Amino acid sequence: MVRLVNVHKRFGDNEVLKGIDLEVHRGDILVIIGPSGSGKSTLLRSINHLETIDEGEIWIEDIQVTLPLKGRKYEKHINQIRQQLGMVFQHFNLFPHMTVMENITMAPMLLKKIPRKAAEEKASQLLKKVDLIDKVNFFPAQLSGGQKQRVAIARALAMEPKVMLFDEVTSALDPELIGEVNKVMKKLAEEHMTMLIVTHEMRFAAEVADHVVFMADGVIVEQGPPDQLFKNPVEERTKRFLSEVFK
Amino acid sequence: MEGLNFSVVLEYYPILLEGLLWTCILCVSSIALSLVCGVPLAVGSISKNRAVQLPTNFFLWVFRGTPLLLQLFLIYFGLPQIGIYLSPVASGILGLGIHYAVYNADVMRTGIVAVESGQHEGSRSLGLSKAQTMRKVIIPQALRNVAPPLGNNLIALLKESALVSIITVPELTLSAQRAISDTFRPFEFYIAAGAIYYCVNYLLELSLKRVEMKTAMYR
Repeated sequence: MVRLVNVHKRFGDNEVLKGIDLEVHRGDILVIIGPSGSGKSTLLRSINHLETIDEGEIWIEDIQVTLPLKGRKYEKHINQIRQQLGMVFQHFNLFPHMTVMENITMAPMLLKKIPRKAAEEKASQLLKKVDLIDKVNFFPAQLSGGQKQRVAIARALAMEPKVMLFDEVTSALDPELIGEVNKVMKKLAEEHMTMLIVTHEMRFAAEVADHVVFMADGVIVEQGPPDQLFKNPVEERTKRFLSEVFK
Repeated sequence: MEGLNFSVVLEYYPILLEGLLWTCILCVSSIALSLVCGVPLAVGSISKNRAVQLPTNFFLWVFRGTPLLLQLFLIYFGLPQIGIYLSPVASGILGLGIHYAVYNADVMRTGIVAVESGQHEGSRSLGLSKAQTMRKVIIPQALRNVAPPLGNNLIALLKESALVSIITVPELTLSAQRAISDTFRPFEFYIAAGAIYYCVNYLLELSLKRVEMKTAMYR
């Protein structure tokens, strides 16, 4: 479903991704963990081209994200790929001038030419799913962090993406609000949505992941099923990280 | 010394009213023009494409660096020399509209730059193009952010509209002058015209406040 081949990314002299190979199958939930600055977020952002990689290939099904196109052709190609990838950010990035409903319906109406009524019906279903149907006409500023993040998830789902990318979506939330966002992600997991999740929530990772990747210093140090990686890590670097986190 | 007599103003109220009407037509049209042209000028001035950015900035620099009166003269007296004839009202609307579009563009530019980068990312990650992101996400927020300084520009435009009396637009100031040449009572008519300008400005200010209140609601 998602395949990364020898992906390199540099910011100036600083190489943040040093040859990443990764494969995610349909319906899989891949959780990426690792210390700050390990390249986890950059990896996720590279998949939908919010970061341009310097070397390597990224594939979504049989479409190569990283085609060497230029100008309008490039823009069109990337926009089409992004419509198949839902992304949720740490800081929500909801549109503050739009209501919850408008936030969710804007992209499907504009890009998929879905009529307003159908888009609003779909949005209502999604808002029920994230338990926010009573906030339809609220502006983001009137919501709590957890509610904002759930709207952001609904907004991404409204485009009916094939893959969902979650970039530290609970890192900016108060501890008591994390649970409500994790609950929504678990619901998606039960529906076998293909997901790539970057998180610092180890317990959540252990609970939902099919496969866990531990990254440090721009490389994948170790990967495997959560039971194996959390309980019996092989690499010294992984052991050190986990012992720090679970201290 | 002749005493002041404001009752003469009442006798000439149809002339002043006609002037007020033309001032309103002039201002509404040039405000619309200044806002509509301000957006592409603002976007062009920060475009990454240098073929767009350089000419836009040159245009802004020229119109910001030269007097409005001179620009009005150039449009009304100068353009006929190259075969473009515009009526005094059209020249006034064009001159005021473009002059203030330049100031509005500057204000809008700061508004656009101030929108957080996360808004671009949120929008682009949904699959919106750069142009769609600008139109649907960035510019609406930028305009809301700069509503107060933009309002100041519009108030200034209303007051500066008096300048177009020089190119014979029959607006409020010129109407007052016509009444003065009939009655030789400049004090009364200039005070009356001033009071009318103040009232119109007050109404404009009130409506701008309403816009500001509305846009503040989402914060």
